[in-house]
Amino acid sequence: MGYLRGFAVTFRKLFKGTATGRVVTTQYPDEKRPKPVRFHGRHVLNRYEDGMEKCIGCELCAGVCPARCIYVRGADNSPDDPVSPGERYGYVYEINYLRCIHCDLCVEACPTEAITESKLFEFSFTSRADAIYTKDELVVGDDGRPQQLPWEDWHPGDDEHTSAWVRATSPSGRADYEGKVAWSGELGYGIRPPEQGQAADEASDSGHHDRHGFDDPHDAHGGHR
Amino acid sequence: MTAVLGPSVFGLDPLYIGGVGLAEVLVTLLKVGVAFAFLLVAVMLMIWFERKLISDMQNRIGPSLAGPFGIFQTLADGIKLFFKEDLIPERSDRLVFKLAPYLSLVPAFLVFAVVPIGGDFNGGDGRVSLFGHETFLQVSDPPVGILLVLALSSVAVYGVMLAGWSSGSKYPLLASVRASAQMVSYEAALGLSLAAVLLKSGSLSTNQIVSEQAVWNWNLWVTWVVPMVVFLIAVTAELNRPPFDLVEAEQELVGGFHTEYSSIRFALFFLAEFMNTITMSAIIVTLFLGGPNGPDFTTVGWLSGLLWFFAKLVLFLFTFVWLRATLPRFRYDQLMDLGWKLLIPLSLGWLLVLASYDIAGDRGWNRAAAVIVMLAVMAALAALLGLALRAARHRRELDPQGGFA
Repeated sequence: MGYLRGFAVTFRKLFKGTATGRVVTTQYPDEKRPKPVRFHGRHVLNRYEDGMEKCIGCELCAGVCPARCIYVRGADNSPDDPVSPGERYGYVYEINYLRCIHCDLCVEACPTEAITESKLFEFSFTSRADAIYTKDELVVGDDGRPQQLPWEDWHPGDDEHTSAWVRATSPSGRADYEGKVAWSGELGYGIRPPEQGQAADEASDSGHHDRHGFDDPHDAHGGHR
Repeated sequence: MTAVLGPSVFGLDPLYIGGVGLAEVLVTLLKVGVAFAFLLVAVMLMIWFERKLISDMQNRIGPSLAGPFGIFQTLADGIKLFFKEDLIPERSDRLVFKLAPYLSLVPAFLVFAVVPIGGDFNGGDGRVSLFGHETFLQVSDPPVGILLVLALSSVAVYGVMLAGWSSGSKYPLLASVRASAQMVSYEAALGLSLAAVLLKSGSLSTNQIVSEQAVWNWNLWVTWVVPMVVFLIAVTAELNRPPFDLVEAEQELVGGFHTEYSSIRFALFFLAEFMNTITMSAIIVTLFLGGPNGPDFTTVGWLSGLLWFFAKLVLFLFTFVWLRATLPRFRYDQLMDLGWKLLIPLSLGWLLVLASYDIAGDRGWNRAAAVIVMLAVMAALAALLGLALRAARHRRELDPQGGFA
């Protein structure tokens, strides 16, 4: 009787310490699991090495956002005191974190790698107005790292690799571009080196099929531990 | 029992034989108070028990922070819900919307009144002495006993149905349509499997039903197991518990009938739901497992009955949790198929088989032969039913557009 086998399965689970009754719960606030390299957290607005903002106010991120949580208004750069290289810059940039689903589509849409995501997810607000991050809060500080705002609970590693997706193995999706730098420099970091490709990983230790960068202490590029 | 006692609202309880004075009223009030408090505490523990058990079965930990082993989690949830904002949707029928939670809750309390939770049935008729007054360990023992349970469980349907209807919202409305159809369908199987018990015990009074099952003569084997299985399945459906929780199917209907409910009204629905689980387990124990019956292993006469009753009750509560942890939710047509095409014919056929056994005994016929003949007739009828169902399905497949015209 196939129906009754299920009852045996659930009954066996009752006994802790057995192979089937192993507890998988992580007691979250007390113990925290390591985050994946490409974790989607709170956004950051990046700047070039010379301090110029990368955002050009094109609104592609706002257009692609499925939750419609991004509000952008561009404006013309003043020739004397430009905010970004080129004609336009993001004059208003707001993200409503009550709506954001952290899908990262804005990051994929961005033509200048201006918006990327940090690994921060432990932040909260007490009013709807506070949930809307403005450009002042999103843009990286002068050291090139995300600003750590008072209501945010940052942990070591959360602010690293904010542009991990951009520097992925073959960002265009074509293997020809693997390992080739096709991205611009960042404030405080310069032009970051490409990530080690999946192909390289497989070649170095064949048969080692970890999900990429997750729970892998030998991770050459992760550094999240 | 003695035929001296006429039927009354309070039933056949020996407490009222000598007339009703202050002492009798106080004893009755005490019993009511104890039953009320017991149910509230039991619900609190049941929710904790269910959450803890089901998380064990799913390799989780479950509530662990509020009190030792998280035992006060329900209390914390209750306090939280009590202080939350109470919303009433603009398009709701306000009066019915407010009434519905109580329509579920009150029957849940009342059903427990007819359950004998203890008493000495080993030779006695379940009387115990409370402060020098002879009485049964149940709030009341009306002559209609078990019919009251059926009546109240029918009333409880209105709680769910009206809650969904009065919300003025589409998912609750769909849930209330499902609730009424589901509960009406399974009420039939519930009643028919109950009839098998009544056939054997010959009385509607719960005290009588329990007395008939004294010590080991439990209806579980007296009625040959099947009615209890049918009753257990039908009760699970009546309670809207998994795997029959289509009324609150989260994937399809958001929260089902209680989608629009918040705060204390929401809590009342859950209080009612878990209280119904407890009272219906108690009813199954009363009907099929002999209630407080069992060999007396204590020196105090009444204690053994109480212990037996609660041991059996916990067994059924465990069964309900186990069902929930194991079985996935039924699809709506599967639910209807199980109810109408399997449970109702099965319980009806079983009732007839049991009746033929009794009649054969009364007439002095060979009982084994009578039962075998009846089983053969039932098998033939089942085959006919199966043939009819298959023919109907075949015709549907040939002409999928065909209607009922």
